[in-house]
Amino acid sequence: MKKTGADILMECLIREGVDTIFGYPGGAIMPVHDAMLRYPVHHILTRHEQGAAHAADGYARASGKVGVAVATSGPGATNLVTGIVTANMDSVPIVFITGQVAADLIGGDAFQETDVTGITLPVTKHNYLVTRADEIAQVVREAFHIARSGRPGPVLIDICKNAQIEETEFIYPETISLPGYHPPEHAPMEGLEKAVELIKKAERPVILAGNGVLMSGAMDELQIFAAKTNTPVAMTLLGLGAIPASSPLSLGMMGMHGEAYCNSAIQESDLILAFGMRFDDRVTGMLSTYAPKAKKIHIEIDPSEVHKNVFADVPLIGDLKTVLTDLIPMLDEYDHEKWMQQIDVWKTETKERSVMAWPDDDKLYTPHVIRALWKATSGDALVVTGVGQHQMWAAQYYEFEKPYRLLTSGGAGTMGYGLPAALGAWFAHKDREVWLIDGDGSFQMTAAELSTLVQEGANVKIAIMNNSFLGMVRQWQEFFYDKRYAATPITGPDFIKLADAHGIPGQRATTPDEVFDAIEFAHKTPGPVLLEFVVEKEESVYPMVPAGAALHEMLRRPIRK
Amino acid sequence: MHNTLIALVEDKPGVLNRVASLFRRRNFNIESLNVGRTDKANISRMTIVVNSEGVDARKVEANLYKLVNVIDVQDVTNQPAVIRDLALIKVKAKPDQRAEVSSLAAIFRGNIIDVAPDSVIVELTGTEDKIESLVELLRPLGILEMVRTGNVAMMRGDMSGKRYTPGTNGNGHVE
Ligand SMILES: Cc1ncc(C[n+]2csc(CCOP(=O)(O)OP(=O)(O)O)c2C)c(N)n1
Repeated sequence: MKKTGADILMECLIREGVDTIFGYPGGAIMPVHDAMLRYPVHHILTRHEQGAAHAADGYARASGKVGVAVATSGPGATNLVTGIVTANMDSVPIVFITGQVAADLIGGDAFQETDVTGITLPVTKHNYLVTRADEIAQVVREAFHIARSGRPGPVLIDICKNAQIEETEFIYPETISLPGYHPPEHAPMEGLEKAVELIKKAERPVILAGNGVLMSGAMDELQIFAAKTNTPVAMTLLGLGAIPASSPLSLGMMGMHGEAYCNSAIQESDLILAFGMRFDDRVTGMLSTYAPKAKKIHIEIDPSEVHKNVFADVPLIGDLKTVLTDLIPMLDEYDHEKWMQQIDVWKTETKERSVMAWPDDDKLYTPHVIRALWKATSGDALVVTGVGQHQMWAAQYYEFEKPYRLLTSGGAGTMGYGLPAALGAWFAHKDREVWLIDGDGSFQMTAAELSTLVQEGANVKIAIMNNSFLGMVRQWQEFFYDKRYAATPITGPDFIKLADAHGIPGQRATTPDEVFDAIEFAHKTPGPVLLEFVVEKEESVYPMVPAGAALHEMLRRPIRK
Repeated sequence: MHNTLIALVEDKPGVLNRVASLFRRRNFNIESLNVGRTDKANISRMTIVVNSEGVDARKVEANLYKLVNVIDVQDVTNQPAVIRDLALIKVKAKPDQRAEVSSLAAIFRGNIIDVAPDSVIVELTGTEDKIESLVELLRPLGILEMVRTGNVAMMRGDMSGKRYTPGTNGNGHVE
């Protein structure tokens, strides 16, 4: 049967299991929005295309499905770019669909024409320019396959307006042919054997669990591996939840704001087992002094990550779950008792320095709020964050017991990610509690999406940590710029009134005893709620590895008695 | 140090742009890049020479595989391969100097392919070294223009089912 390109697009999206689309309309994409009316999909109108991109990202991270975001040509498409970069850095599977001017106008600077495939080429896993209706079905199939397989990532399809309107025979392609695209699965036996040799000899091994554990769904295999070999597990920011925070084998988060005992363990280790992580500079500190005593086994699906920052003695290129499944039966059991005891000594020393150990001084600190949230949500909420100090504190003090519970912009560090991503996360899991833990700066970047929450009735609880500063930058100014607070003091609206203006109930807490009450209020009130926590202005995140310092050269929190 | 890579890519619009963009954003220094058709309708072939000082050629190879349209990459550096460059060199030559140019070209098995009143065009195929030697000899006469294709490369012998260097894609797995 003949169908328009826009209808063919919808037919293909439905076959990919898409029922939720985030987007914004405009001239060059009108046929697509029109076609949505004829198909069982829910389109969420965000207030800015960046919001649509982050919402699709939150949806994808929370559901494990491919997110979809739609925008018009020109400014609509360029507004997506920050969201595309964010997804690309964190390997989030999203298919972006943008309208483009008619094929015969391309290159003529037509109204709202922009070279979108050119702009997004370096920040997508792959992209397409579609000029004819009969290309659409094939391209959409390929795009979803590429987005979700191998190392996932964003794929953009730019569709010329004529291709959306033209009618052509709809034939759903049964197969796809991508001669150059074969994501690796198994690692060769030779490599596995070398890995087993290193594991056998190790006395102080550490596993580094990254986003790849979650992406590959290798949580069980990771736990079996760690338990069998009694190897402690350090996690990257995006790897949090790979094993439960309460596990005796958990070392918590590594890196710039990682646990001191975790970083010490990495620096002292004699064998690093890197599972689906890419040795980002926020994780390694200065490379020349990184884990100097350790041999490295690197299990990674993307060959270009191997040897990129850290040389791997044994690279195992493949899907993490598959490689671990192959590797586990080849391993003996080990206890590493002395090593675990050493780590316990470091752990005790860290606890003494924690904010949680401070005597009550009637002041409100973000870690207190986050710990209270953790208690009130039984540690099981979907936590979405902005970027900055509150993000790091959320990572440190919301002890993640399960995977896919923390949605945060890691690689890109995109302020403004939080609110729209929380909206997307709610669409993925309407049964779960979704909490946005945001900074006053980050929140203001995409606060327009409050309207979207209300229009959609999205049950997202918002907790703004208001320190009246762009806190993380202020912290760097305190440490490295003699407290010259250039461009970091920030004001905001009366957040409670802002919420009220949207018809969202709000409550403010300024002292520790008001915290619990506020969270209670959020729990009792159905639908979206905004809480503002007026926290200490000049508190800093510890430990901190200054940029360019070795991983063990951490600035530690002064002990308070 | 140079590394020579052969890449088979899908013959689709924008593929050259993808490769060039990759090299730029990963800060790989390209010495030369040659693209052309192959015997197969949908496949183009690139010969890429990278300056591998500071860049591990394996990185280049692994990154090329990230491009969906790249089908196969092989590093033929220090392998039994034929590597050739083609140059067209336009040299200032009055009629009485033509014989000199012609004999120099002949030493290198180059050909004179065009003669004008004041100049000739020499065509030479060979390794980079050979071309550079001739260029140096012709330079005193006055070189008006020169163009080179950059290296093209091919492994010797029957390569079907064999790889001389393990591909970085999937641990050197052979297709
Ligand atoms: C889009 C964007 N612009 C700038 C930055 C640089 N930056 C990183 S953290 C930060 C401050 C964040 O302030 P806020 O959201 O209030 O959180 P806080 O650190 O105070 O918890 C800034 C400006 C960024 N990460 N993203």
